Amino acid sequence: MFEILRREELAGGTIILNEISAPLIAKKAKPGQFVILRATENGERIPLTMAETDPEKGTITIIYQVVGKSTALFKTLRVGDRYLDVVGPLGKPTDIEKVDGQVVCVGGGTGVAVLHPITRALKNIGNHVVAVIGARTKDMIILEDKMREASHELFVCTDDGSYGHHGFVTDVLKDLIEKRDVRLVVAIGPVPMMKAACEITRPHKIKTIVSLNPIMVDGTGMCGCCRVSVGGEIKFACVDGPEFDGHLVDFDELSARLKSYVEQEKIAYEKFKCECHA
Amino acid sequence: MAKKEILPRQPMPEQPPEERIKNFKEVPLGYTPELAMKEASRCLQCKNPSCVKGCPVGVDIPGFIRLIREGEFAKAIRKIWEKNSLPAICGRVCPQENQCEGSCVLGKKGEPVAIGNLERFAADWEREHGTGELPPKAAPTGKKVAVVGSGPSGLTVAGDLILKGHEVTVYEAFHKGGGVLVYGIPEFRLPKDIVAAELNYLERLGVKFEYNVVIGQTITVDELFKMGYDAVFIGVGAGLPRFLGIPGENLVGVYSANEYLTRSNLMKAYLFPEYDTPIAKGKNVVVIGAGNVAMDAARTALRMGAESVTIVYRRSREEMPARLAEIHHAEEEGVKFMLLTNPVRFLGDEHGRLRGMECIKMKLGEPDESGRRRPVPVEGSNFEIECDLAIISVGAGANPLLTKNTPGLKLNKWGYIMVDPKTNKTYKKGVWAGGDIVTGQATVIQAAGAGRIASNSIHDYLTLGW
Repeated sequence: MFEILRREELAGGTIILNEISAPLIAKKAKPGQFVILRATENGERIPLTMAETDPEKGTITIIYQVVGKSTALFKTLRVGDRYLDVVGPLGKPTDIEKVDGQVVCVGGGTGVAVLHPITRALKNIGNHVVAVIGARTKDMIILEDKMREASHELFVCTDDGSYGHHGFVTDVLKDLIEKRDVRLVVAIGPVPMMKAACEITRPHKIKTIVSLNPIMVDGTGMCGCCRVSVGGEIKFACVDGPEFDGHLVDFDELSARLKSYVEQEKIAYEKFKCECHA
Repeated sequence: MAKKEILPRQPMPEQPPEERIKNFKEVPLGYTPELAMKEASRCLQCKNPSCVKGCPVGVDIPGFIRLIREGEFAKAIRKIWEKNSLPAICGRVCPQENQCEGSCVLGKKGEPVAIGNLERFAADWEREHGTGELPPKAAPTGKKVAVVGSGPSGLTVAGDLILKGHEVTVYEAFHKGGGVLVYGIPEFRLPKDIVAAELNYLERLGVKFEYNVVIGQTITVDELFKMGYDAVFIGVGAGLPRFLGIPGENLVGVYSANEYLTRSNLMKAYLFPEYDTPIAKGKNVVVIGAGNVAMDAARTALRMGAESVTIVYRRSREEMPARLAEIHHAEEEGVKFMLLTNPVRFLGDEHGRLRGMECIKMKLGEPDESGRRRPVPVEGSNFEIECDLAIISVGAGANPLLTKNTPGLKLNKWGYIMVDPKTNKTYKKGVWAGGDIVTGQATVIQAAGAGRIASNSIHDYLTLGW
C-alpha cells in the first residue's frame, strides 16, 4: 500500500507529481478532498489535496511544490518507494453546482493541481467554464493541457511574461468579470492570490469559493491547528473545509498562522540540505 | 501473639524534580521486587474489600496483592488480567485516590495501600521478565468484529473478543495506535514503548490493526457490515477540542491542548529536529485549565525549556480535577498556579503573535450542574499577564466525523452516542459504543470498563443473537 506507481518532475523539478496506490481512498475520494501523508517514522504529517483519483486503478495523484524539509524528503521517493502513511479522503468535497452564467476557475502555482478536478466537475455538470492559470514563469505552469480539456476556454498567465498573458491571473479575472456574466468563481492558489481574487469579486457580489491551506496535524478535527475565521466564526479547514466562501475568510489571520513555524522550518530544511550533501 | 508492626506506605522512587524537568523519561521509577513485596504485606486482605468496590472494573485487588506478597509475580499479573487488560497503563494513570486507594480501609487512619504502584509493578515485571505466555484462546467462532478506535475502550474490546475466538480488526485514524494513550498522555507519564507493548500483545493474540483508516470518511460503519463484519464497536473518544471563544484565540501561539500534546506525544516534537514535526517553544507559558491534560501540557512546556509555566484556573485548589499525583509533580517541578482567574482575551503583536493575556479574578458562588461552586467574575479586577504560548485545556467534546456519517445512531444534545448502560448497545443494530464518545471526557479505566461491558454483550450477540 501507498506505493508510488508513477512520478513526474514538473517546473524544473520544483513541482513533483506522485501517483500513489491507495485503493480505499481512491474509491471514496471526491473533488476538493485531501489526504495527509507521512514519508518516514520521524516525518511530519502534511496535507495535500488530491489532483486526480482513479477508483478503478485504485490510485490517487498528488502534486506538490518543494518548499521545505518534508516536501524535499518526498521528492527523494522514487517509483516503487512507499509513503509510510496516507490517510483520507479528508475534508468536505466541493459543492459542485450548476449556475446560470459563466464560471471562472482561477489557479495560481500548485493551486492548479487542486483546481483541476473541481474545474472538470463543474464543466461536466453543464457549466460554461473559463479557466485562468498562472505562475511566476513558463516553467512553473503545470497541467496546461489538462486544464484546457477540463474547461471551455483557457487563459494562461506568467508574472514575467515568458508565456501567455504577461501579468497576474487576477488581471484576467477582473477583465472577465467586466466583460461577461460571471456567476461563480473558484480561486485556488497562494493566500495573496486568493485574497486578491476575493477583493475583485466582492463589489460584484459574485460567489467566490477558495480552498485554504492552513497547517494541519491530524486532519480529522481533533486538534484545531487548521482553524480559520470565516464570517467571524471559527471553522476547522480539515472538517468544515478546506473550501469556504472567500468573502468571509480572514486571509490576514491565515497568513499569520501559516508563519507559525518559520524558524523551525528553516532549521529543518538547512539540516536536510546539509545531510543530503554530506 | 506479637502485634503486627505497622509499616508506612512504601514511597515510590522518583526522578528528582531538578533532573526530570530536563528530560522526558518517566518520573516514577517503579518499585523493586523488595519494595513491592513489602508494600504488599501492608494489605490487610479484608474479607469484604472496599477497594474492589472502588475499582471501575472490579479487579481482585487483595488477590493480586497477596500473590505479590508471596513473590508469585507471574500469577499476580494474570490475576489482574482477569478483569483489566491494561494494567501497565492503569497503574500509571488511574486516579487511584478516587477509586481503589480512596476506598482502602488503611486510608481511614493512615496511608492506603499503594495499589496503583503494585499494579504497575506486576505489569512491568511481566513485560520485562515474564515468559510472554499468551492466555488460551477459545475455538474460532467464524464471527468478525470491527473495533473503531485503538484507545483504551477499543483495546479492551479487542482483547476480550479475540480470546473468545472471534476475529477482530481494530481501525485507527492515526498512524499509531493507543488513542489518548499515545497522543494525549506524555512520555514522562506513560512511555510509548509500553503502549506499543500492549498493542503488540494484542497482535500476538491475533488482533489485526488497520491504521490510517478514518471510519466515517474512508469507510463508513454501514460499509463495515457490507464487508462482512457481524458487530461494530465505536470507541472513538471525545476528540473535539474546546476553545474559549474569547478574542485573540487564533493568534499564533495559542494552542488547544490536543494540538500541543499531539505534536509532543504522538509526533515526538520534543525531539525536533530529530523528528520533523515542530512545536512552539514558549518562554512564558500559560495553561488554561486544571485537569490532567492541563498538568500534562504544563509539564511538557517546562521540559521544552520554558522559563515560566503558569496554570490559570477559574476555580480554587479544591475544585481542580487533576489527579493528585499530577498536581503534586507539577508543583514540585515549578509549575505556578494562578487560581480563581479566568482569561478575558489574548493580546497579540503586529505580526499576529501572542504577547499577553488579559485576565479577570473570580470568586466562587453557588454550585453549578457539576456540583462544583460556580465561578463568578469579580467586576473591575482585570489585569494583564505576559505570555508567548497559551495552551487551552478546558476539555474536549464529541467529534462528529463518525456520528454524522452513521445513520441509525442516536446522539444526545452534546453529540455523544446514546447507549443502554447495561450492555453499551447503541440504537443501531449490531453497533456498540463506549468510552468518551458516550460519557464525555472521563478516564482510561472507565473507558476500559465500558469496553468490558460492551465486549460481554457483543459476545452474547454473536453467540445468542440481538
